Amino acid sequence: MAVVEVRELRKDFGDVTAVDGVDLRSEEGEFLVLLGPSGCGKTTLLRMIAGLEQPTEGEILLGGEDVSGLPPRARRIAMVFQSYALYPHMTVANNIAFPLKAQGMDAEERTKKVEWAAGLFGIERLLQRRPRQLSGGERQRVALARALVREPSVFLLDEPLSNLDAKLRAAARDDLMEFQRRIGITTIYVTHDQVEAMGMGDRIAVMNHGKVRQLGTPEEVYHHPADVFVAQFLGSPPMNLLETPTYVFGFRPEQFLPEGIAESEGTRVPFSFHVNRIEYLGSERYLYGFIREYDETRIIAMLPATVTLPITIDQDHKFSVAKDQLRFFDLDDGRKIAQQTLMR
Amino acid sequence: MTAEVTRPRYLGDNPRFLAGLFMSPAVLYIIALVGFPFVLAIVYAFTDISTGNPELEFVGWATFRRVLDDPVFREALLNTFLFAVIANVLVVVLATALAEILVRDFKGKWLVRFLVLLPWVAPVSLATITWLWTLDSIFSPIDWVLRQLGLITENVYWLGQPGTAMTSVIAVQTWRIVPLAAVIVMAGLIAIPGDITDAVAVDGAGFWRKMFQVTIPLLAPIIAVAVLFGVILTISDMSVVYVLTRGGPTNSTQVLSTWAFIKGIEGGALAQGAAVALFLLPVLIAITAIVLRLARRREVL
Repeated sequence: MAVVEVRELRKDFGDVTAVDGVDLRSEEGEFLVLLGPSGCGKTTLLRMIAGLEQPTEGEILLGGEDVSGLPPRARRIAMVFQSYALYPHMTVANNIAFPLKAQGMDAEERTKKVEWAAGLFGIERLLQRRPRQLSGGERQRVALARALVREPSVFLLDEPLSNLDAKLRAAARDDLMEFQRRIGITTIYVTHDQVEAMGMGDRIAVMNHGKVRQLGTPEEVYHHPADVFVAQFLGSPPMNLLETPTYVFGFRPEQFLPEGIAESEGTRVPFSFHVNRIEYLGSERYLYGFIREYDETRIIAMLPATVTLPITIDQDHKFSVAKDQLRFFDLDDGRKIAQQTLMR
Repeated sequence: MTAEVTRPRYLGDNPRFLAGLFMSPAVLYIIALVGFPFVLAIVYAFTDISTGNPELEFVGWATFRRVLDDPVFREALLNTFLFAVIANVLVVVLATALAEILVRDFKGKWLVRFLVLLPWVAPVSLATITWLWTLDSIFSPIDWVLRQLGLITENVYWLGQPGTAMTSVIAVQTWRIVPLAAVIVMAGLIAIPGDITDAVAVDGAGFWRKMFQVTIPLLAPIIAVAVLFGVILTISDMSVVYVLTRGGPTNSTQVLSTWAFIKGIEGGALAQGAAVALFLLPVLIAITAIVLRLARRREVL
């Protein structure tokens, strides 16, 4: 178990800055998610923590110890790759035993450890198979077992679920969480999938252009985004953002409700919502349209299936947002600013 | 109004015609320069044709029997195996090491790659002639260096003694085939997924463990292909031996390809030459089949 900390970490690839001065500190035993679009530097950051890339500048500390110059094998980390990177010519048992052999552990102890790790993931019956004889989900378990067998102090995962089909992914997510809770190992998990990030992370570091835009619990990053990037990256559909001459404000699609449906707790801000199109998705309806005063900006409202109120297309409807659900951002740099009075 | 699709039909629209047209040069080339001589060799081997008596008179297996009874043939057969096995063992070791070096980043990489490929790009006979000079009995620069170092007092006569002649021939053949093998192995190295290399690093394996437990097993199919090329080029090509020693001294470097040429073309015994040349065909076919099967068995994920 260890705390992972990076200080002013920077990585340049030629003229391109992949990671641009990141400061980050995990908690003991925490499940920390690095979330961002592709090319945001999250994988590079993870690879630097693993020791697979050397940082251009900055420090990496594992358990309080500076490991910046050390090769991966001296770091007591384990990593699971997107492709799982199983050794195709070895049996599952040999795949799992490989890191132990590299440690110089004797055969008897090795066999015990392999059985223990296989037991953790319920893959005992697969030990004599080769990777190509396994399904995607089984490969993932083998990759996890291989990573865990050394009992590392930090567990790094690079989009480990993205190669699984949707159904399997939900189950694998569940397994992974359960397992992480049980062994309580500090875990850093890279993903571009906000559903995974929200569902799994104790905290989420939202990254873009090599920088951490916000670090917080799923609730914090969702409800109190630090800037317009975070506001729009998280949530599906994303937060509606509207521009006024002095600031930007926004609200979540599910907070934008027809008059009369919303419970009248607190003050609500009314808008006239012109609906162009309705998407019926079973569990909810997406309403696409615009607000009269802000004709340029497309707005999405999300109504749960429990709201059965008929909505007609190409008409104005009275909608409203609770005042405390409005978020305000600076017009220039997009950072979060204090609550403003909405100018009408 | 219904638009009717009418299109003139050109011959060039016919895929079968086009396929035949485009393949015909290659097919003609193969028939004229490979197929015809090959069939001719098989026919000759069962006759007793010679340049003095160019009549096709079939004698069954008699020519083969005569060839097999010749002690020089037996020596050449043994030499061919020695030559092919030793040269290709050296080729595999050197090419794997070289490929490992060439995929790394270092200054002057392009120059090193160019120099490594040079033996392969240079025409065989010309390259071998430079070796003929280098191994010259009187003016050999190798001997000169060894003399200056005080390691020898008299010239070695590299190509003049059976042992050193065989060593020289094997060394030059190795030198010639290594670049091709290195490029093949290099392609294999590059094809190993980056994630696997990273996983090895994270799993804590050092250089040798990575080399022998991951890299080489993963490269095995591609190394098999390199060996296949190397063996075929060593057994079927006579240039190096012919230019350096003509099989001498006293047949100590005679191999089947040179023996077939000397017997059939220089000696005029066309039938015996053809029989010698055909002798290893079944062996080559067997090697090819085995190696291709090995290569297919282990595909990289």
